[in-house]
Amino acid sequence: MKFITTTFDSLLGWARKYSLFQYPFVTACCGMEYMSAMCAHYDIDRFGAGLTRFTPRQADVLLVVGTINHKIAPVLRTVYEQMTEPKWVIAFGTCTTTGGLYDNYATVQGIDHIIPVDVYIAGCPPRPETVLEGLMKLQEKIQKSRQAWRGRKS
Amino acid sequence: MDFKPLRKDTMLLNMGPSHPAMHGIIRILLELDGERVVKADVEIGYLHRAFEKTAENKTYLQVIPYTDRLNYVSPIINNVGYCMTVEKLLGIEVPERAQYIRVIMSEISRITDHLTCLGPIAMEMGAMTVFLYMMRAREFLYDVLEHVTGARLTVSYVRIGGVKADLPSNFENLLKKGIEDTKKCLRETHGLLSKNKIFIDRTRNIGVISKEEAISYGFTGPVLRSTGFYYDVRKAFPYLIYDLLDFEVPLGERGDNYDRYMVRMQEIEQSIRIIEQAMKKMPKGEIMVEKKKLEPYSVVDMSFSGKRIHPEKVQLSPNLEGSEMERSKFIYSSKFTPPPKEEVYTSIEGLIKHFMFYIPTEGIKPPKGEVYFSVEGANGELGYYLVSDGSSKPYKLHVRAPCFHLMAGFPKMIEGYMVADIIPTFASINMIGGELER
Amino acid sequence: MERKEELNKEIQERFQEFYIDFISPFGDDTLIIKKEGIFPVLSFLKNYGFELLLDITAVDYLGKKPRFEVVYHLLSFKDRKRIRVKAGVDEDDPKVTTVTSLWKNADWLEREVWDMYGIIFEGHPNLKRILMYEEFKGHPLRKDYPFRKRQPRIELLYPED
Repeated sequence: MKFITTTFDSLLGWARKYSLFQYPFVTACCGMEYMSAMCAHYDIDRFGAGLTRFTPRQADVLLVVGTINHKIAPVLRTVYEQMTEPKWVIAFGTCTTTGGLYDNYATVQGIDHIIPVDVYIAGCPPRPETVLEGLMKLQEKIQKSRQAWRGRKS
Repeated sequence: MDFKPLRKDTMLLNMGPSHPAMHGIIRILLELDGERVVKADVEIGYLHRAFEKTAENKTYLQVIPYTDRLNYVSPIINNVGYCMTVEKLLGIEVPERAQYIRVIMSEISRITDHLTCLGPIAMEMGAMTVFLYMMRAREFLYDVLEHVTGARLTVSYVRIGGVKADLPSNFENLLKKGIEDTKKCLRETHGLLSKNKIFIDRTRNIGVISKEEAISYGFTGPVLRSTGFYYDVRKAFPYLIYDLLDFEVPLGERGDNYDRYMVRMQEIEQSIRIIEQAMKKMPKGEIMVEKKKLEPYSVVDMSFSGKRIHPEKVQLSPNLEGSEMERSKFIYSSKFTPPPKEEVYTSIEGLIKHFMFYIPTEGIKPPKGEVYFSVEGANGELGYYLVSDGSSKPYKLHVRAPCFHLMAGFPKMIEGYMVADIIPTFASINMIGGELER
Repeated sequence: MERKEELNKEIQERFQEFYIDFISPFGDDTLIIKKEGIFPVLSFLKNYGFELLLDITAVDYLGKKPRFEVVYHLLSFKDRKRIRVKAGVDEDDPKVTTVTSLWKNADWLEREVWDMYGIIFEGHPNLKRILMYEEFKGHPLRKDYPFRKRQPRIELLYPED
């Protein structure tokens, strides 16, 4: 019985990792490198993740790109809670991992104070090749984890 | 039959902070009557990163990386503005080759800014192809920036008193490739969009603003020039070497979206013209070395392709960059920049000077006073107001951001139009979040 | 420069009770006046030819009297000149008249000065915070507000240090 569920798990993981729908929550300078990674030079579409859905209900991956400050923190928490399971979060750039250059009265020192994060991509801003490597790490994580489907939690 | 009368009150719609237009976060509250906008209100502040308070706690040299995250699509123009403000307070002149280098790099940044503005205008109306062409042209310009400064986006290339390092020796070939590709992209975009009936229908007479209103709201830059009013900081208060170069300033007629698109396309052509003239007129700074050995970037290229490198062929300069002692008199004035590395590593005076430069209580100490200086940013007049009290940290640094005034006038530009016209109008203003909220 | 001398004389004649000084440090023309005279002097300058309001900001000189100083920058297209107008504001009575009836972008600029420094503009249609959120207490750019003091809006998953 376990053999069947683990094979089914890996099949479902394979299907999910190559068809990620992303929700880009773009705020600041890292958005320029996000645009470069999406376009023709460093194509992200060959990984299957090229489709941006601009509504959280239809998205799998929440890409938080750019500095988050305390004024927009409730909005980020609401967007995360509106996404349907299964969902993953990528923290893009150093401002989202640890607050970056900005240690002052307005900035959140890392978005893991607000929502749980799966993959951290560092860089100020990270080169597009780094972004693609971060995406591949997320794909590895999805393939190896215990999949969630109806009636069974992950 | 008895029909109830229709409701006539207006509907309140919220275009929330995170929305599909690719221009950063802003919140627009709309009061709609059917599909027409009756009144609009804009709420900002979602990217406030406390630039001004940070500048009061760091030394003059440490503020430079924060300035290039202000308008992150044209970072060199912000750096140049800040450094020229401090130079005005100190009262120094930069060497001539450094002025030419600053002008060429500023114009490359201006081209990347206009490309990043025009791409999303087309994409949000459905023309994905134009966006991909512009991003491709932008990648070649980022290659040029990377070979000169080391970084694609956040460069910190300009220093108080000059620039960080000299240009590498294959700069002309790289620049030629970048410019050729930009010209090709402009030709194709003109062919696709400028006489396209759908594009003209969606942008003509939409988002109109008159000259008097634009001046009352404090607009400057391409948006003011599209209404027909002639004001450009490079011509009115010339700085660096802009008075020696020959270029035109394009003007529009009606102040609608189509005029703003055409003004930006023609400004890219004028920037290319400035770059070509400056490359011809630039004074030579290259010192002739007897034996030409390999330079750092070609060592990196060879390691990618797997060729073997003979050790005696590699002669790297002591700081790997291009600011050796022989070249330093062309690129910076040495009283206000750290000394070249040959001096630092071989003599005690150089070491002491280098050390005194970087500790937080010493370094550059301008005289007491206040000063205002402005440059022509890609969106308008970018000004810096600096108050100094004689110590090594600024007392107050304020940025006059052009986008702030453009967004103050934005609710007026969308009143009376339909909901689907908001997105192209918003895109043609080119709001950059880092500059709007510092 | 004759234009500058003319302007200096005219302002001295008309607004004698508000005039303090007219200097040019580092090449910028600066006019220092008392805070009651802001509206009359600025409307005179607007008719004189300074059509564009570039900026409104304030400086905090902690420990001096008056504590704040409100600074206006204006630009004239015909003569291609800029001018700066400064007025000192006390800490116990931080009230200044608004100039929204002369220029329309003064609306947002004065909201920013209120948000960052706490200077009240009388007659302003809509004086609320613009860059910070409503629940924030204090005015961040004053010199006695600590640099790193954060005031979170929602509950964090683990405490910030």
